[in-house]
Amino acid sequence: MTFDFDRLVVDDVSRNFGRRRALTRVSLTCHAGEIVGLLGPNGAGKSTLLAILSTLLAASSGEIHYGSATARAIGPALRARLGLLGHDLYLYPELTARENLEFFARLYGCPNVPAVVGDALGRAGLRDRADDLVSGFSRGMRQRLALERALLHGPRLLLLDEPFTGLDDASGQALVARLRDLRQDGRIVLVATHDLDLAEGLFDRVAVLREGRLLLVDNSSASLRERYREAVAAARR
Amino acid sequence: MKQFLRVAWIVMRKDLTVEVRSREILYTTVFFAASCVLVFAFALVREGRPMEDAAAGILWIAIAFAGTLALGRTFERERQTETLRALMLAPSDRPAIYVGKLLGILILLGVVELVLVPMVGLLFNAPFGASPLWLVVLLAAGTLGFASVGTLFAAMLVRARSRDVLLPVLLYPITIPIIIAGVRGTVALLQAVPDEPMARFWIALLVFFDAVFVTLALWTFEPLMTE
Amino acid sequence: MARTYTPLAVLAMALFAVAPFAVASAPSEQTMGLIQRVFYYHVPSAMMLFLSAFICGIASAVFLFKRSEAADRLAVAAGELAVVFGLIVLVTGPMWARKAWGVWWQWDARLTSSLLLWMMFVAYLLVRRYGGPGSEKLSAAMAIFGMANVPFVYVSVNFWRTIHPNTNVLMTLAPGMRGPFWFCVASFLLLYLLLLALRRRLEDQRAAVERLYLALDE
Repeated sequence: MTFDFDRLVVDDVSRNFGRRRALTRVSLTCHAGEIVGLLGPNGAGKSTLLAILSTLLAASSGEIHYGSATARAIGPALRARLGLLGHDLYLYPELTARENLEFFARLYGCPNVPAVVGDALGRAGLRDRADDLVSGFSRGMRQRLALERALLHGPRLLLLDEPFTGLDDASGQALVARLRDLRQDGRIVLVATHDLDLAEGLFDRVAVLREGRLLLVDNSSASLRERYREAVAAARR
Repeated sequence: MKQFLRVAWIVMRKDLTVEVRSREILYTTVFFAASCVLVFAFALVREGRPMEDAAAGILWIAIAFAGTLALGRTFERERQTETLRALMLAPSDRPAIYVGKLLGILILLGVVELVLVPMVGLLFNAPFGASPLWLVVLLAAGTLGFASVGTLFAAMLVRARSRDVLLPVLLYPITIPIIIAGVRGTVALLQAVPDEPMARFWIALLVFFDAVFVTLALWTFEPLMTE
Repeated sequence: MARTYTPLAVLAMALFAVAPFAVASAPSEQTMGLIQRVFYYHVPSAMMLFLSAFICGIASAVFLFKRSEAADRLAVAAGELAVVFGLIVLVTGPMWARKAWGVWWQWDARLTSSLLLWMMFVAYLLVRRYGGPGSEKLSAAMAIFGMANVPFVYVSVNFWRTIHPNTNVLMTLAPGMRGPFWFCVASFLLLYLLLLALRRRLEDQRAAVERLYLALDE
């Protein structure tokens, strides 16, 4: 019953909303043990691509293969291997940190809920605030909690949409360290961001999206800013 | 199947926990329902005597209006934190989430009705206590029908524009048979000698309605919620 | 208008040109006088309303479950025609009722059920128009639920109206009336099919234009 995969293949995916093309023929392959950066300005289509990868949105054309199978072939079990940290964090402000984690742990069918939740609270550094309502948390605390929530069920593919927003330096560094641990663990991590400074040195590969098109998939060691500028310049030519 | 019920139960418990903490929707809905009753009372009572069958009508109208409000508020809460997306990402059958939400709404409306029925009975001298068992069954069947269609529509409208006005626009025409059956059934039970066969007929219609529309909702929930 | 539709249009127009004569040739009904002849347009319109509601519901179900955009285009055409023919029913009905019963609206079971069905499809169009992006699926749900509701509406309104079902509206047709009646039914059916096909074609062309816009971006 447990399904797993080691490769994500985005094959010629397009998505349009009426007349507006959000994504045009995007192709990308990611492997286990990789952190891939999805860069691009606002409106480039990063969130749309992440939504499609998490099965919340259907592609207008093209296919996504998780391992060798498509989402439809795998069925609901696929969602047990996906984790999405959206822009809106998906936390219930009226519940405590512990209650939020317990709810999602139970919903996702995690065995041994109290242990899992305890670990997650520890990693998020929120053990002492575990029984406080989330509505009283700062953005950074919520981000840490939301990240752990997305990881509760041990997903193979982790999708992060602008995770550095509103984080101070220390929290940002902590997030980078956490993502590196996940890479070590063999996960596939896809991070969409337009914050080029914090993400410096984090990505194994970089994909640049602009107006729905994938401009560049690059593993050179030049700085992120240079690579980004080069990609945009190349597109203009 | 067990997994399905487990997920529905978890979702329902979470909704009730959130609601019990703030009690916002509960209090405002009960108060709104009470205001509705008063508005209709002033409109329909002449010289201190209500029009015939007014009590039954007012009861069901108040339930319908209050129910629409409660549905809108419940899903507005999920929309603000985008948590509906998190629910859709769970590796379970998605209709289980619909059932969980439906159960939560039913309990909320049940509590509202617990306040509303005595209130209407008192204000209109209506003998609701004459046939309590059948009345409860009638209310349950009608509320289930209303909530089943309402929960589906409110959920699917979460990402739509003009969602506040579209919910009643879509919901009321579909639920008119429920109102008819509920009111006529209640009138039958409020007679000097409660007309139980008549009430049973309307209850049967409601039960049939519930079966058809809960099934339809379970079928259409997933395709409607994924874009 | 495409050439394929011209013969159909000509036929429909011919039938409608003859229809008033057919209607005039029918024997007079005893009590009602001229207004009774409204019935020859009222009942076929009601039939088209129900047919349209049915087509819209089925097409919406196919759209929702099979993800077929073509089905959705048919559904919107049928939805609009349901509202149009429903409007004819709701205007001609009271005209008849006024003469027959002296009041414009008597909450007659059939007319009330038609009103409810009409409103469901007005709601269909409203949500399509004002629901924002993705409203096609929302309206499809409304059409499916509306169609499923038809028997419940009919039964509940019937029994709401009176404990004992009444049989006053559709009187048994005198032999001389049957000819013109079925002639009108045929004319309406032809007109309906023509309008449905044309409206559907308009949607198809709109979809083709959208595809062209998208292809521009490639």
